[in-house]
Amino acid sequence: MSELTATLPAVAAGSQAPSLKQQLARAERIRKLKYAALILPLALFLLLSFLWPIAALLLRSVDNPEVIAALPQTSALLRGWDGQTLPDETTFNALARDLAAVSGTPPLAAAARRLNMEQLGFRTLMMKTARAVPLAEGVGARHALVEVDERWGEVATWHFLARNASPWTARHLLAALDRTYDEQGRVVKTDEEQAIYIDVFKRTFGMALVVTLCCLMLGFPLAYLMATLPVRTANVMMIFVLLPFWTSILVRVAAWIVLLQSEGLVNQALRGLGLIDQPLQLVFNSTGVYIAMVHILLPFMILPLYSVMKGISPLYMRAALSLGCPPFRSFWKVYFPQSLPGVGAGCLLVFILCMGYYITPALLGSPSEQMASYFVAFYTNQTINWGMAAALSTILFIATLLLYMVYARLIGNQDAAARAR
Amino acid sequence: MLASYASPLERAWYYGLRILCGLVLLFLMLPVLVIAPLSFNADSFLLYPMSGFSLQWYEEIFASPTWRQAFLNSCIVSPCATLLAVLLGTPAAVGLARADFPGKALLTAILISPMVVPVVIVGVATYLVFAPIGLAGSYLGLIMVHAALGVPFVITTVTATLQGFDFNLVRAAASLGANPLTASFRITLPLVAPGVISGGLFAFGISFDEVVVTLFLAGPEQSTLPRQMFAGIRENISPAIAAVATIMTILSTLMLVTLEWLRRRGERLRDSPS
Repeated sequence: MSELTATLPAVAAGSQAPSLKQQLARAERIRKLKYAALILPLALFLLLSFLWPIAALLLRSVDNPEVIAALPQTSALLRGWDGQTLPDETTFNALARDLAAVSGTPPLAAAARRLNMEQLGFRTLMMKTARAVPLAEGVGARHALVEVDERWGEVATWHFLARNASPWTARHLLAALDRTYDEQGRVVKTDEEQAIYIDVFKRTFGMALVVTLCCLMLGFPLAYLMATLPVRTANVMMIFVLLPFWTSILVRVAAWIVLLQSEGLVNQALRGLGLIDQPLQLVFNSTGVYIAMVHILLPFMILPLYSVMKGISPLYMRAALSLGCPPFRSFWKVYFPQSLPGVGAGCLLVFILCMGYYITPALLGSPSEQMASYFVAFYTNQTINWGMAAALSTILFIATLLLYMVYARLIGNQDAAARAR
Repeated sequence: MLASYASPLERAWYYGLRILCGLVLLFLMLPVLVIAPLSFNADSFLLYPMSGFSLQWYEEIFASPTWRQAFLNSCIVSPCATLLAVLLGTPAAVGLARADFPGKALLTAILISPMVVPVVIVGVATYLVFAPIGLAGSYLGLIMVHAALGVPFVITTVTATLQGFDFNLVRAAASLGANPLTASFRITLPLVAPGVISGGLFAFGISFDEVVVTLFLAGPEQSTLPRQMFAGIRENISPAIAAVATIMTILSTLMLVTLEWLRRRGERLRDSPS
């Protein structure tokens, strides 16, 4: 019994104080938390200077505050409207009161401008009606408003207003995909002459694809040669790759203008060789954009290719050759599959970067080969249409994000494989 | 090396590959080589053959207040942005290498994302948000965004350096009585310094060459060298542009040489028996 009582306090003490294992685990957790705290300042900084602006821009593509701000009562009532027949007298009254309240103020102007963007003539309708309110006592609001403009007697007008009486709209995003609402609020294709954005995105992806393929065709042989040559020679060649990579993009754009202009070195050389009689138009059209883009993005292809190819042992190729496989077949069956991670990483990187390019097409291209970025800038600088700028950005952003996720996964797998080795 | 018994096909492949690669290298280097001589051209055309040697274009840009202001602005914005990116990015890279928490991969992807988001989107978005709070058309706003664009490069280079870093050294320092701050400055920092410096150089390069965000966010008083060049190329491309381009190329060559030197030094340190 005395033995038992003697051990009891010890057991009790053991259950209170954590074991050594627990203490270690706790210390380890705290240590890891401390390291996580090191990331915090950067995370906060990026939140403020990068993530928040991007999120605000993306939200802007569906943002629709103007109508609700100018016509709060009407908006609230229209949300409960059945949409079959004209709204009831209360809604007409609310519209008259709302308009009377904002008549001659900036919110009315903003709402009128916003609605006019979608339906021409709506600004006049709003302004005209705002001048006619407040309505005289004892007159039916519906009657009075239809007297002011008969459009208030049409269901379509109210459908249009009801559709815009929501804080969110898909209008800009639909417009960026060449879609629009018809009078009944159904999604339909935009008129032929206004439908340009699908073509813009097609052109953007098409150009990115062509540039990526050109970079692969030029970069693969070079990276392959560098990986097979002695390190010393490869390092010298690497400087030739890195120097243009480090040279300012604007310097390179200026240099390409010098080279490709009609009296430039390229045309002089071609004429000297007797290949052409007339100087070729090489710049300020798609040729110039392609040449400069391939030049700017080629290092982004060569660097990942080279780093993967340097890790491929030459023994596999030798084994294939010694087993009697013809050289090209062994290259294709043995070497090329091993270089695929580099090909994938390089292609994705070049494609992603090319998709968002702005300066090169803006300086070297003509208006007909501008890419999505150009239109984002256009709507921001020239027409100050934030909705469209944001909608085009959103689509470009989503495309970039999806490709980046594939890229991150690919790189992550490569890192995991490298660690496993 | 090509064996003496190589078949004609193998010979064709051997020389074909080398000729093709020579042409690719020529393609890469030609623009860099072609612009510098023209900055010394005596007349005002960017054409070969040159009519004579002259330094007038350098005199012109050094005398021009716009170019001087642009150069000054670049010298304010880029170093500040680099410093900010390095000060925030280096600890974060150490944290990412050592900490372990759910969602770490996602957080890393987010911290790297300024590298891939199209710059036009960054420019428009920051203008949209910074303009109402007075940060558009200010040095601070420009520096902040440039730093954000440089951060991914600091993180990736420092992370790469940390992969060869033995964290037992920090434990050893701690067991010998160094407090965490001393251990950071005396042990971690000297060993990852090459990574930090190359990351910083990358961030500097990004900021020094940045034009799109600057176009949207900077006011006329914050116009940087690339922005001034953008305007110059667009309006009237003259040998003055070539002169600025030459100066910028010399700067980038210096940065490349420093980077290469750091890389070789890092390799030597890693390969030498410790």
